[in-house]
Amino acid sequence: MKILVCISHVPDTTSKINFTENDTKFDTNGVQFVINPNDEFGLTRAMWFKEKQGATVDVVTVGDKSTEPTIRKALAIGADSAIRVDAEPVDGFQVAKELAKVAEDGDYDLIIAGRESIDYNGGMVPGMLAKLIGANFINTCVSLEIEGEKATAVREIDGGKETLTAHLPLVIGGQKGLVEESDLKIPNMRGIMMARKKPLKVVEPVAETPLTKAEKFEKPAPKGEVKLVDADNIDELIDLLHNEAKAI
Amino acid sequence: MSVLVYTESENGKLKKAALEVASYAKAVADAIGGNVTAVSINSDNNDDLANYGVHKSLEVSDEKLQKFNADAYAEVITQAAKKVDAKVVVISQSANAKYLAPLLSVNLSAAYASNVVDVPKTDNEFTVERTAFTNKAFNHTSLSTDIKILGLSNNAFGLKENKVEMSKEDFSAELNDDHFKINVESVDKNTDKVSIADAEVVVSGGRGLKDPKNWGMIEDLADVLGAATACSKPVSDMGWRPHSEHVGQTGKPVASNLYIAIGISGAIQHLAGISASKTKVVINTDDEAPFFKAADYGIVGDAFEVVPKLIEKLKDFKANNA
Repeated sequence: MKILVCISHVPDTTSKINFTENDTKFDTNGVQFVINPNDEFGLTRAMWFKEKQGATVDVVTVGDKSTEPTIRKALAIGADSAIRVDAEPVDGFQVAKELAKVAEDGDYDLIIAGRESIDYNGGMVPGMLAKLIGANFINTCVSLEIEGEKATAVREIDGGKETLTAHLPLVIGGQKGLVEESDLKIPNMRGIMMARKKPLKVVEPVAETPLTKAEKFEKPAPKGEVKLVDADNIDELIDLLHNEAKAI
Repeated sequence: MSVLVYTESENGKLKKAALEVASYAKAVADAIGGNVTAVSINSDNNDDLANYGVHKSLEVSDEKLQKFNADAYAEVITQAAKKVDAKVVVISQSANAKYLAPLLSVNLSAAYASNVVDVPKTDNEFTVERTAFTNKAFNHTSLSTDIKILGLSNNAFGLKENKVEMSKEDFSAELNDDHFKINVESVDKNTDKVSIADAEVVVSGGRGLKDPKNWGMIEDLADVLGAATACSKPVSDMGWRPHSEHVGQTGKPVASNLYIAIGISGAIQHLAGISASKTKVVINTDDEAPFFKAADYGIVGDAFEVVPKLIEKLKDFKANNA
């Protein structure tokens, strides 16, 4: 089985978010970039398929050279080879188009992407990619098993779960639950050394025009002070929630 | 010009989110000039949509669509959009809507903006305000295609009554086997519980609860308020509660009217996940907990003393205000 794992290069979850150039660009100053957490669960699941079922695992990212440490980390975790599409990601459609070209060239059986990246939270790339290459698609996957040509997945829905089956080729939008957080792989020294020798291919983009553009960013307005209520005066809290906040 | 809104139903009943997206679609139609058409699938009664600005209801009744299927549902909405020559398609941000939206986007060659929180501006170009960085910021996004798809964040617009005359029409899309290649084998839904996505009120617990056996208190408070229950990341990591209740940057975002955090200190990732909620209450023993900076109301106190009192007082309040 040939697996492609799509990796998004995102600010660490603890990052403070700021903007530059008149609030049109994300300020990368002092920000640590990591593998998108939803992709990391998918990558670890792909490693499981590699170890237990003999799959090969390639990783791909769309981004400039600054994304290479992130994708090298995926190699250090155990991916066999990496592909970087040398383009600035502008929107979900453009990224999906670039990934579709890589997916079609590599003829993959299974493509794993995170259900969304934690920067723009678009949640559109895995579905668009699947549609563009004519593959089946299952979103918000919290469990995935493959037997021969058949995949069985569990998907999180609002207020419950659904079990689905589909044939390969398949694209999934994965998330926490695909593997336990405690099973996430941390690169060891041997993995880091081996990653240096693994192939990282840089490919030219297909230069697809984005359909959307982030014109300007802004931060939420500063919040007023918290109103503290005495622990012995619960009636006051209920009054505030009812009459002031109109929340109950 | 026409705005098409996909109004979701469950067990034949329109969801509350359907009325919210209809309200929003009416505001979009007023902004661009035009009327709202709704498309619903296996909904028994759509009369209420007329109260929220829908001029025409396209009603799909199809046994094959009893279970949600993203490909087939996206195809139905695609054909409905083409039928009414829709320039904007509005959907909710339920798990199912988020699943089908990218497929719909490719079907219609339409730009898709998710997590939208306001009515589009249409002066020079078509731009919408969306949340980004899991609610740590907003992003004004322009959409350049002829048809645009907008995914409205839950509770971002609210219900706006706007009564109009509504016509109804049966609608059936042409579907083939290719649209049903994914089989839904089973659905396991917590029918007696409010889901985090649909909840007006969310009661959430953290490590301050000390032990999973103390969770009954959270559920009792949620029962009184008709709320969904949620938890912080450490609580789900320790296996006290399922992953599906984990709220935060790598868990579920919450956009409820009221979010009550009990024994949660308020890590930056958790606060990002709940910042779209309108009113936030924190109960914590540590007055230095970061959550107090993000909350509207706070009680510095021991949850084991405060919460039982709060439950009793709320029961009285509910009885007196029924």
